[in-house]
Parts: sequence; C-alpha cells; structure tokens
Amino acid sequence: LSHGGGGRAMRDLIDEVFASAFRPDGMEDQARLTNAALAEPGARLAMTTDSFVVTPLEFPGGDIGTLAVCGTVNDLAVGGAKPLWLSAAFIIEEGTEIALLRRVVASMVAEAERTGVRIVTGDTKVVGRGAADGLFITTTGVGVIPPGRDLGANLIRPGDVAIVNGVLGDHGATILAARGDLALSTDLQSDCQGLGHLMEAVIAAAPDTRAARDATRGGLASALNEMAQAASVGIEIEETALPQRAEVAGMCEILGLDPLYLANEGTLVLFVPEDQAQAALAAMRARPEGAEAAIIGRALGDHPGQVRMRTAFGGSRIVDMLVGEQLPRIC
Amino acid sequence: MQGLEIRVRGQVQGVGFRPFVWQLAQAHGVRGAVCNDAHGVLIHATGADLGAFQTALSDRAPALARVDAVEARPYTFDTAPEGFTITPSRGQGAETRVTPDAATCPACLAEIRAPGRRQGYAFTNCTHCGPRFTILQRLPYDRGQTTMAPFTMCPACRAEYENPADRRFHAQPIACPACGPRLWVEVDAAEQPGDPIAGAAQVLASGGIVAIKGLGGFHLACDATNEAAVQTLRTRKRRPAKPFALMAREGDLTDFCAPTPADLALMRDAAAPIVLVRGTGALPDAVAPGMNRLGVMLPYTPLHHLLLDAVERPLVMTSGNLSGEPQVIGNAEAREKLSAFADAFVMHDRAIARRLDDSVERAEPPMVLRRARGRVPGTLPLPPGFEDAPQIVAYGGQMKAAICLIKNGQALLGHHLGELDEALTWEAFVQADRDYAALFDHRPEIAACDLHPDFRATQHAQTTGLSVARVQHHHAHLAACLGENGWPLDGGPVAGIILDGSGLGPDGTVWGGEVLLGDYRDFTRCASLTPAPLIGGDRAQADPWRNALVRLDAAGLGDAAERLFPDAPLALARQAAAAGLNAPSSSSAGRLFDAVAACLGLCPMGQSFEGEAAMRLEALAEQALGETGYGFAVTQRELDPAPVFRAILADLDDGTAPARIAARFHAGLAQTFADAARKLVERREARAVALSGGCFQNALLLEQVTAALGDIPVLTHRLTPANDGGLALGQALVAAARHIAPPESG
Ligand SMILES: [Fe+3]
Ligand SMILES: [Mg+2]
Ligand SMILES: [Zn+2]
Ligand SMILES: [Zn+2]
Repeated sequence: LSHGGGGRAMRDLIDEVFASAFRPDGMEDQARLTNAALAEPGARLAMTTDSFVVTPLEFPGGDIGTLAVCGTVNDLAVGGAKPLWLSAAFIIEEGTEIALLRRVVASMVAEAERTGVRIVTGDTKVVGRGAADGLFITTTGVGVIPPGRDLGANLIRPGDVAIVNGVLGDHGATILAARGDLALSTDLQSDCQGLGHLMEAVIAAAPDTRAARDATRGGLASALNEMAQAASVGIEIEETALPQRAEVAGMCEILGLDPLYLANEGTLVLFVPEDQAQAALAAMRARPEGAEAAIIGRALGDHPGQVRMRTAFGGSRIVDMLVGEQLPRIC
Repeated sequence: MQGLEIRVRGQVQGVGFRPFVWQLAQAHGVRGAVCNDAHGVLIHATGADLGAFQTALSDRAPALARVDAVEARPYTFDTAPEGFTITPSRGQGAETRVTPDAATCPACLAEIRAPGRRQGYAFTNCTHCGPRFTILQRLPYDRGQTTMAPFTMCPACRAEYENPADRRFHAQPIACPACGPRLWVEVDAAEQPGDPIAGAAQVLASGGIVAIKGLGGFHLACDATNEAAVQTLRTRKRRPAKPFALMAREGDLTDFCAPTPADLALMRDAAAPIVLVRGTGALPDAVAPGMNRLGVMLPYTPLHHLLLDAVERPLVMTSGNLSGEPQVIGNAEAREKLSAFADAFVMHDRAIARRLDDSVERAEPPMVLRRARGRVPGTLPLPPGFEDAPQIVAYGGQMKAAICLIKNGQALLGHHLGELDEALTWEAFVQADRDYAALFDHRPEIAACDLHPDFRATQHAQTTGLSVARVQHHHAHLAACLGENGWPLDGGPVAGIILDGSGLGPDGTVWGGEVLLGDYRDFTRCASLTPAPLIGGDRAQADPWRNALVRLDAAGLGDAAERLFPDAPLALARQAAAAGLNAPSSSSAGRLFDAVAACLGLCPMGQSFEGEAAMRLEALAEQALGETGYGFAVTQRELDPAPVFRAILADLDDGTAPARIAARFHAGLAQTFADAARKLVERREARAVALSGGCFQNALLLEQVTAALGDIPVLTHRLTPANDGGLALGQALVAAARHIAPPESG
C-alpha cells in the first residue's frame, strides 16, 4: 500500500476494499437518514464517538474492526439507546497489508450485522510509515432513546443491585497474551461483543434499570468508581461473587495485575432496583452475551463516592480509580 | 506581698500535677495558688522555703509528667494569700491536654489485691495511671467528655475526686464497683453467671480462646504454654506464621524469656509496650515460628493483672480482628466479627473512644517498631531553627500510615493506623485527621505528603484545600531521623543511609536502597543499590522468589533460579521483566533481603505476613555472628549486589550453613553502605550519618552499620519508627524547612 494523496491509488483502494464491502447501503460521503425512529414524541437522539488503537490489530476473539463497532455500539447501548448508524474513519499506515484491511473490514460488516447497526458513511486516509501504528479507526454512532426511557448513573439509589453480564478481564488478558512478549499459550479470547440486544432484553425485563456502563479501559473498578461518584452512593461488591476465569486469575497473579482493572470489550455493569434484580439477571442469562451474568454487589448510603470490596476473609478493601500507571506502593 | 510566679512547661496537664504542687506547698509551708493554662502550669507562691519548693517541682514530679522547663520571676500579691489553692483552668488554645494511656500504677495494683472497696475491681485507676486517650471523646479532658460520662460518681469516689490530698484528685476516669464500669463474661452472646475473672481463667486454662476487651481494642488470648491452643488460634485467625504477642506477669518472665535489665525497664514504662525479648525456647514454636525473639508485654490494666493472677501463666495476646482489618473496639462489633475465633468474651460497658494498638518497641538498640498506645498523643520538641515553622499537617505513607501535626515548636506524631486501602483503617485515618486537629487546636497552612500519586494519603492531602508539599519518600525518612535527634535546621548536610521497602523517586523509578546527602530542605542521591525489576509490581513484595530471580539473573546465575525455585513460573516472570510489563525498576533494599532469604529457602514462594522473609533472615544471621561480609561491586553511584549472589551460590554449593550465609550478607550490606556514607563524611560533605527506612527495624543491621561507621556521629531512630510510621514527621519537617527558607533553585 503506497502513500495516497487522494489520487488514483487511493481511489482504487477505497473502491476495492471499503466501498465494495460496505455496499449496497453505505459509505456515502454524506449519509441521509430517515427520521422515522424519531417520529415518536419524546424520543431522543444519542450520539457518541470513539477512536480505536490496539496492538496487535488481530487477536483471538476479534480484531480492531470488531472493537471499533462493538465499542461504539456499546457506548450507545449502555446509555439506553438503540444503536442504528455508524460512521467509520480509517487512518492507515503506509505498508499495511491489504489482506489485513480486508479482514478488518469484513469483521466490521459482520459485527454490524450481528448488532443491528448500519455503517453509513466513512473516510480513509493513508499516512506515511511511522505516522500511525498500522491502522487506527474512529467510529461515531447514532442511536435513538425511546420515549420515557432514562438511564443515568445519577439515578442509582442505595439498595440497588449491581449485575455484570460476564467474566472479567478476558479482553485485557487476551491482548497481553497476544502481544508476543509473553510465551503464553492460552485458550483465552477477547470478550469483544455488542451489547445492544442484551440491554434491550434487560430493560424489557427490568423497566426501572437505573444505569449501565461498559467496563472498558480501567476495567470494572473504574466503571464502578465513576458510577459511585456520579450517584453519590457507596458501592460494595463481593470478591467471591465476581465472575472470573481461572486462567485470567492465574495470569494476573503471576503478572501482579488486578482483574478489576483489566479492560473488557463486551462486559457491562448495571444497577437495577432490588425487586427487579432477579428478572434482570434471568433476562441476561437467557442471552449468550449474558450467560455468565452475576449479581456482584449493591449501592449503599454509606461512604458515598467510594467503591469497596468485601474480601474472601470478610475484610473490606477500598477499590480506587487509578490515578496514573500502576506503581508499586508497598514499603 | 512579694513572691514568685513560676511557670512549668512540658507534659504537666492531666497527670496530677496540680495536686502534686498543692501537696508540695503543704510540705514546704508555701502559700499561693496553682492553675492550668495554655502554656502549662502557672504557680503564684510565697513562703520561706521557695527554693526547695521550686527544685522539687521537677525533681519529684508525678510519674506521668514530663517537665521541660521551670521558669520563675518576681511576683507581687495584691493581698497576702491565706493558704494554697487550686484555681480553675485559664485561657484556651492549650497544646496537648490529654496524656497517653498509662499502665496501672503500684498503688492501684496494691489496692486491687488488698481488702477494700476496690479489691478485685478491674477499672481501678488514679491520676498516675489508667485510661486517657482511649476514652477521650472531646476536649477539654473532663469526665463528661470521655466514655466515663455515663457513670455517675458515688459519694466515696466524689470525695476522693475533690480532695487535693488524694491521688485521685481530678482523676477523670475514677471508678469503683459501686459506680464504675462492670465486667462480665459471655458465651454465645449470653452473660455467664459467677465471677468473670474466674470464668475467663477457666476457659483459658482449658485451652480455649477468649476475646478480651482492653484499653484500645479487643485482644484474642489463649494459654501460651498450650501448643494446641496456640495452633487453634492460628488456624481460626488464618495467621500461619506471624509472631503472636505475649502478656505475662513480671515474675513469670524468666519461665520463657531472658529479659535484660534494659528490656525490663522498658516493659515497666508507663506505656507498657510490647518489647522484643530473647526467648528461651520454653514456649511452643507456634507462638513465634522461626524467631529468636518474643514480643512480650506486662499486664497494663487491672483487668489484665487480675486475669494473669488467676491463670498464672503467660498468655498469647494478639489483636482481635478479621484478617487484614484493624482491631475490633465495640461490643456488638466483637460479637459479630470475633465469634468464629473466641470461645468466650470478657466484656465491659465502658466504650473505647479510639482504637489504639499496642506499641511495639525494642530496648537494645532502642527502637520503636509501632507507635501507638501509651506513646500517643505525646509530643516531640522540634529541632532548633523550627521555632517559626507554620502549622503543618503531614499525611505519611500508604502502608504503616500515621499522621503528624506541627505547631508551636512541637510535633505530634499520631498513632499507627495501618494500610489505607483497608476500609476501616481508612475511616480511622479520616477520624485521626479530624481528631488530632481538634486535640492540637490545629489550623494548618500546609499539607505535606508523598510523591506517590496513588497513596490514599497523597490523594487526601490534595482534597484539603491547603497548600500541598510533596516530599520524596526517602528524603522524608532522612528528615524524620534528623528531627527526632534534634538536628538543627541549619546543622549542615548529613549523609543518609536509607534502607527501605520502596518509595517513588523523582525520576519515576522506585527507590529503596539509598545513600542520600542532604538536609531538611533538599537532597541529592549519591549512591544506590543497582536497580532490578520488581516483577509484578507490588506482587514482588509478596513472593521472595521474584526478587531472587532478578538478582540471580543479573549476576549471570541463570540456571540457579531453576534449581532453587522449581515451582515458580520463571519463564513468564522473565518475559514480563524483559517486556517491562508491570516490572518497574527498583533499588529497594527490602526486596534485596527478600531475594537473599529466598535463596536460603525462607518462604521463597510467598510470605504470610509483611517482612516475614527479612525477619527470618535476621533471626538466622543472629545465630552466626563474626562472619566477614560478602563484597558488593562498588562504582561511583551504584552498589551492585551481583557478586553477593555469586558468593551465596558458591557457599550453598559448598554446604555452608545458611546461618553463616545470612550473617555474611548482613555484614557485607552494612559495610558497603557504611563505606559509601563514610566517603561523604571524609570529603567533609556530610557532618554525620543518619540511618532510616524500614530495614533499620533489623537490629543486627542497625548495630553493624553503626559499628562500621566507627567514630562518625550516627543518628538513629529511638522514639519514632524507622519505618513508614515515622514518615509523616519527616514530611512535616521538610515542608516546614522549605517554608522557612526555600531551597536554592538551580
Ligand atoms: Fe518507607
Ligand atoms: Mg466513547
Ligand atoms: Zn494508679
Ligand atoms: Zn465509686
């Protein structure tokens, strides 16, 4: 792939890899969208954007394309929006394999299909060697929040129950293992998945669902801290209730990492009123994205803004947001 | 009428000083008055024998008093006084108006053992002894502001309380069986009939575990001579190896330990700390596995005396808590949390206002390992030059958190709190911050803290709204040592040998084995251990093999790790180190101890408590003194232990006894660091050498470094911990010094 300044090679590339893959619906310079979804009085538009960089670009369970679709779809979904449309912008380092680009685009098309969104517009830029690391993708998503639906961390109340849809840390651990610095042979796969359908199922079963957040960078610990602060509630989780794969736990132990802080790409935590917790749990478990869903804790009136974890031995530890990179603290 | 105005400064309030003055006045025929005010005790006196009266004020002061100064000047009475009176306190803004809790005095002990209304009474006390800080709720220190408030004095106690000739004059926690707190024993939350002391003694004698409500929290006790009981306690507490503290009557000590005269003197101190004393091997090894020394304290409340008189044997007295949590203080909390550990509870109805662990100390060389009950809220005078220091609060470190306040030339170093990620410890930290500020009438301008952004104490400092002073961890250790030794602000630069676990350096790497050159304001790093990766970050502290692996590999002993640690995931650990994956570079001396311990097979795969590997290494080395130390490869700025590991491996292959290897390591480390510091003194860049950091809890290392420095002046920690428990004092002093005279820039 050679440097294109909008010339012949560039257009060929777009036609060849991108336009053909995203046709017949999308990749117009300008997408024109029906407002039928907004016709219902009280419906609101939701819009979000995210840039994706990951090393390696392909990993067990997905690639940067899957991430770019899931990440933005999930940002919409945890806000209570039904994801409808995406844009995708690509920054491609000169020299990137065309075959890789094809695979990534194919992943995006497949993931969009699975999650029920359409990629309706996009852009590509090729930059010189060293100006980017292989491939960067930015996606912007638009969705619609149905009338009467309101999710927000500020709505969490003491007594509400915290539920996660699956095991923690698979994505972060998979990426670490896939980087090649560690001679690890694992069966781990990224949890990368869209959560739009799961959220719709939960809200149908537990209509007073307060708030959800996807536990991406910074892991569950960061998501819970943000929620505790936004709601001015305390959050208490149970160490023994956290769903986790033994393989991830073992790897974390050796590397001194805490699974609570590992990134996920298809794991969310949500809060529902206590009397709807079982319904929400059942709805999650009925779907593949929520097969390992578990109640992990609850919101409290005590210690507002702070997350605590009851340990296996009965003590209680404060689970902080990380300020910087994790540095040793023991003296 | 002519007389004297006598000002007494020091720790002279709440210790029976005014009645002491009154009695002295009676004896010397002195007339006048005495009162407490913001500066201490103020006396107006007239009489023939004023000289002797004045001398006796400091010479015969009550046991708990500390007289810093007696100053007299002429005074004219408007009207001639008739007799000698105690007048009400004057003014506000006093400094520490409450003294530390004090062990039962001989007079009270005699009283509970003899017929009389307080015979066998577990809450007997007087102005010379008893609870203070642990019952204080608010200032000023009056009964109504303590957890004694619900107990209304009976007429007999009231009469003692109001009689200046009585040793219970204004003893706020005064009590007797008719009016004071009540003791009982409960099993399964049901109160048991009969004498509670006899009941508890019976459970202990039959090998049971008893939760006992003490001064600063609950203890879990069992018969220390009963191996099965000790093992049961270990199993229930999930505490496999951490040494248990003991409590024994003075007369029973030689049954199981060999206290020196200095040990005994320290044990008899009113603070009644746990003292590390050489054991004789008479007790089951389970009490303190692998240790030569036992932590022993004398009974310090009437309850303890009565119980030990009844059981007639040493008791294990370990803090009553869930694993990792601080000590339990409430009755309901105790029932909830300790029921799985204890067969019976000794309860009482006097609340504990504040959790205070037992202090842990050593007599020779003198050192404080944990500063708490009996020592706080005592104050330390600031060194010369700090008279004009602003009011500063310092928040300390993460692991052995303690806060420090400075004001009016005094430092109040607060009690040991613990590790701040633990939720209850964090709450205690927040309480201590509020508490000490009220107690010290403190209005700080500056909050001092560590450089580490993820220390909870650092984050707390940033929420105060005060001007924040960030102080490098090991600079703070150095300053704490200078401060406790009264090193003047302008005393000139000192070489600091700081051997520690870890602290963030200004270069973003993790420090911990340093020779610093500096003063209160500033420092430079002159030499340090050659760094090695901490594989797994904080996890490296838990597993000694990780530290051995990086040192062995650095020494070119690649296959040694495979032989020594066949069960460790060495390949993955090496890859993490090579990739820099959660493997920050560190010059930590603490981790070097762990590395050597692991090579000798001392808990290589995991420590069951912090410091286990290093403590066991020290205990081993004590068995083989007089060894020549292993040499380090010394360059301009680095002290490289690679040759040490090659020598250790060679010695292991030769079948050299592990005790000798441990001793050679200690001797070599001490010599290497002493030599590096000596150079700075010989080049006249430093005037003395200060020793600080957690590794100097190791008495052998402390003695060897001190000896290797010969006649160079050496400053060591004796009153404040060399570990992070003393960090806040150093932070406060550095912040103060920079405020008084900022370091030169450039
Ligand atoms: Fe330290
Ligand atoms: Mg986003
Ligand atoms: Zn007494
Ligand atoms: Zn009474």
